[in-house]
Amino acid sequence: MTTPSPALLDTAAEILLRPGGLDIDALDVGLGHVLTPGIDYADLYFQRSWHESWVLEDGEVKEAGYNIDGGVGVRAMAGEKTGFAYSNQITADALAETGRTASGIVRSGRRMAVAPRVASQSAPRYADIDPLAGLKAEDKIALLKQADRIARAADPSVVQVSASLTGEYEVMLVRASDGTLAADIRPLVRFNVSVIAAKGGRRERGSAGGGGRYAMARLRDENVAERFAKEAVRQALVNLEAVDAPAGQLPVVLGPGWPGILLHEAVGHGLEGDFNRKGSSAFADRMGQRVAAPGVTVVDDATLADRRGSMSVDDEGTPGQYTPLIEDGILTGYMQDKLNARLMGMQPTGNARRESFAHLPMPRMTNTYMLAGQDDPADIIGSVRRGLYAVSFGGGQVDITSGKFVFSASEAYLIEDGRITAPVKGATLIGNGPEAMGRVSMIGHDLELDTGIGVCGKEGQGVPVGVGQPTLKLDELTVGGTQS
Amino acid sequence: MSKAFDATVQQTLLETRAEQALALARRLGADACEVGASVDQGIGISVREGEVETVELSRDQGIAVTVYLDGHKGSASSTDASEASIREVVEKATAIALYTGKDPAAGLADAELMASELPDLEVHHPWELSTEEAIELALACEAAGRGEAGIRQSEGASLSSGEGVRVYANSHGFLGSQRGSRHSLSCMLIAGDDKGMQRDYDYTSARNPRDLLSAEEVGRRAARRTLQRLGAQRPATGRLPVMFDATVASGLIGHLMSAIAGGSLYRQASFLCDRLGDTLFPEWFTLGERPMEQGAMASSPFDNDGVQTRDNVFVERGRLASYMLSAYSARRLGMQTTANAGGARNLRITAPLASHKELLSRMGRGVLVTELMGQGVNGVTGDYSRGAAGFWVENGEIQHPVEEFTVASNLEAMFRGLIGVGSDVDTRGSIHTGSWLIDDMTVAGS
Repeated sequence: MTTPSPALLDTAAEILLRPGGLDIDALDVGLGHVLTPGIDYADLYFQRSWHESWVLEDGEVKEAGYNIDGGVGVRAMAGEKTGFAYSNQITADALAETGRTASGIVRSGRRMAVAPRVASQSAPRYADIDPLAGLKAEDKIALLKQADRIARAADPSVVQVSASLTGEYEVMLVRASDGTLAADIRPLVRFNVSVIAAKGGRRERGSAGGGGRYAMARLRDENVAERFAKEAVRQALVNLEAVDAPAGQLPVVLGPGWPGILLHEAVGHGLEGDFNRKGSSAFADRMGQRVAAPGVTVVDDATLADRRGSMSVDDEGTPGQYTPLIEDGILTGYMQDKLNARLMGMQPTGNARRESFAHLPMPRMTNTYMLAGQDDPADIIGSVRRGLYAVSFGGGQVDITSGKFVFSASEAYLIEDGRITAPVKGATLIGNGPEAMGRVSMIGHDLELDTGIGVCGKEGQGVPVGVGQPTLKLDELTVGGTQS
Repeated sequence: MSKAFDATVQQTLLETRAEQALALARRLGADACEVGASVDQGIGISVREGEVETVELSRDQGIAVTVYLDGHKGSASSTDASEASIREVVEKATAIALYTGKDPAAGLADAELMASELPDLEVHHPWELSTEEAIELALACEAAGRGEAGIRQSEGASLSSGEGVRVYANSHGFLGSQRGSRHSLSCMLIAGDDKGMQRDYDYTSARNPRDLLSAEEVGRRAARRTLQRLGAQRPATGRLPVMFDATVASGLIGHLMSAIAGGSLYRQASFLCDRLGDTLFPEWFTLGERPMEQGAMASSPFDNDGVQTRDNVFVERGRLASYMLSAYSARRLGMQTTANAGGARNLRITAPLASHKELLSRMGRGVLVTELMGQGVNGVTGDYSRGAAGFWVENGEIQHPVEEFTVASNLEAMFRGLIGVGSDVDTRGSIHTGSWLIDDMTVAGS
């Protein structure tokens, strides 16, 4: 492990604290307002973010926007109780007021002292840069126009092209009563292309996109405009030919990469610490037990360089980690924040995340993926007599208590006699998490991560995440088509 | 609440800020400008297993500015509505407008369309509720649910209560402001048997706290919904009539509204492009909006363009009678705005209504859907495939719960195949509808 440069803390303090007349020493005073009798933990979370978006339609960038957000969130805990308040102002007065409000959950008990600060030891997982800088407005527009030109030139049936370029520069600093002091600078960029193609009275959409925690200039250098434009057109053309999807239980082969949202829904949410502490997850009390077929190893990994879901430190200041969740089919780990780890007698795993200073942190996924297996993807397809091959998905959802999950295919094909044949219309796949993971019978050697498009929603809070997997065969899953 | 929220003071402050932003934009050379600003304050309580879990006090503000410079548009926003922040936002919006492409359709709605009737629609009913009282209510709600035999544990009860002010102003000289409130109470419970655990919830939500269901009623209803799910089986795959319970039927109206929204139409991203005047529903079905309804969830005398709202009829006797347009999307389509910038307000169905029991009996054998999961709706083609849970129905009677299946069809076929609408109207949201019985869908299960 390397230590973050003291410069990062200084930069964050300069951006977040100094404009309101505060410095890092002043945060001890701020915590003192929260640590009233009975409060056993408190933290102050400071954040500023600058978000920019450029949207192309009809060949022109007609829409562009800029958003500035920021403030401080103050959390006080007493046992399982949490008090929370926040303010758009980062000043000594605001700290005193939000601190008093948040600590109102208990009125009596022992008064704790603020532990001396210890800067978190974490390795940086991405550059501490402003991703919006370094590419001129003209260049951003040129990138979008390039995507438009390439998509329209790719096929005469393309009737609409929209493309967007977004970026966010986020600076955070957290100081907790347990001594934690951490800061992070989190760049995040994304490029998206969506097309509508029309032919023979049918109209279909295709879309592609991606990004990560790096400078906008890298999107240009990696030629994403061309890649995503061609990919979006390809998908729309495939869907124009799609026939009705089958209905019923079938073997399903999932392509590598983004179909990993299977893991996010079927496994990931059910292994978040809060649901397991409360006993409301279908995976509760199953630690050490078999919850998936042999060969299935699933991890949550915040340490991947420059990935959309990566975090150098989480929103409680715990360093981002590589956390095995399922190893060779056996449940070995939960994702934890400080509260749930403490109440379960476990260690935090660096999975505490919050949408912003105005939201409470919870255990959340970062980049969740299945490790590669031994099988050749061609053999996996070849092993299916009649089934579905799904390569792209819209989104998914899970009921963590019953374990039921869904995810909706946006590009899929029939497999007939071991060969990929006709494309089929999008259909929702539904299953039960632990059951579906038990039916994984082949695992490809072609692990891929998604291109950087995921947003995970939990209790109304959205955070960027990553997923990934190799080609995967599930012996049986319910496919929600119309052809019964 | 810890700090009093004075709506009158906040309203005056926001109006001043909006006018400052407009004046600044004009000084910086904007031909036209519009400003939206809001401030909301609220309290959120959650309890679980008889103990307080979280107490959250929220206070959110925001200001968004759009400027137009010679047909070029720029937008910027901030969650800080201080004077310094407003200057930054207006400057940024103006700077962005120097780069965006010229858009002949861009600009404010026409001046003569600005709302002039701005009545008080009775949507502001603050709740004088202390933190302690809020906790008591949430605890009472949860206790009533946990008290029902068979409930194994609680996922908790939550109460939220908030009020706020929003202001919209533009350089035509229009300034509209509205105060509003919203309160809700919900409860989620878990029951279990040897086949596993099931959870479900119920909630009540209203502008006026007097209109909320009692805490005990919400808890008991959540318990009933949860217990009903125990022993769920998987239905066999096949083609069947499907009844969408009132709590999920509003989603079908939502899909219709997205498909007739101007933004989907001019992007050719809707299965209802160029279908104005076509018959989509049975002739007994009419759907319209009532934006000026007193005290309703989405009431407002002006839309997000400042245009006077009106009672639109979108589906008249089965026929698609109107699209849902803002000033911008209307210009893109060569049409007139329908005062729907920001969406439809208080959608209401006019149709002969049947009781829930009568609809079930008309269905005979089929599936009653009470929960939908996932996205699975393709707005471009109308293709529909979603995860579901509900009940198996034989001879018009509920037999047993069903889960882990999908219902699939195409929205156009579903609208055409609407057999009946229930009188069991769910009035908690801005779309009011009873259950919908659809003649034929594909159910995929075991």
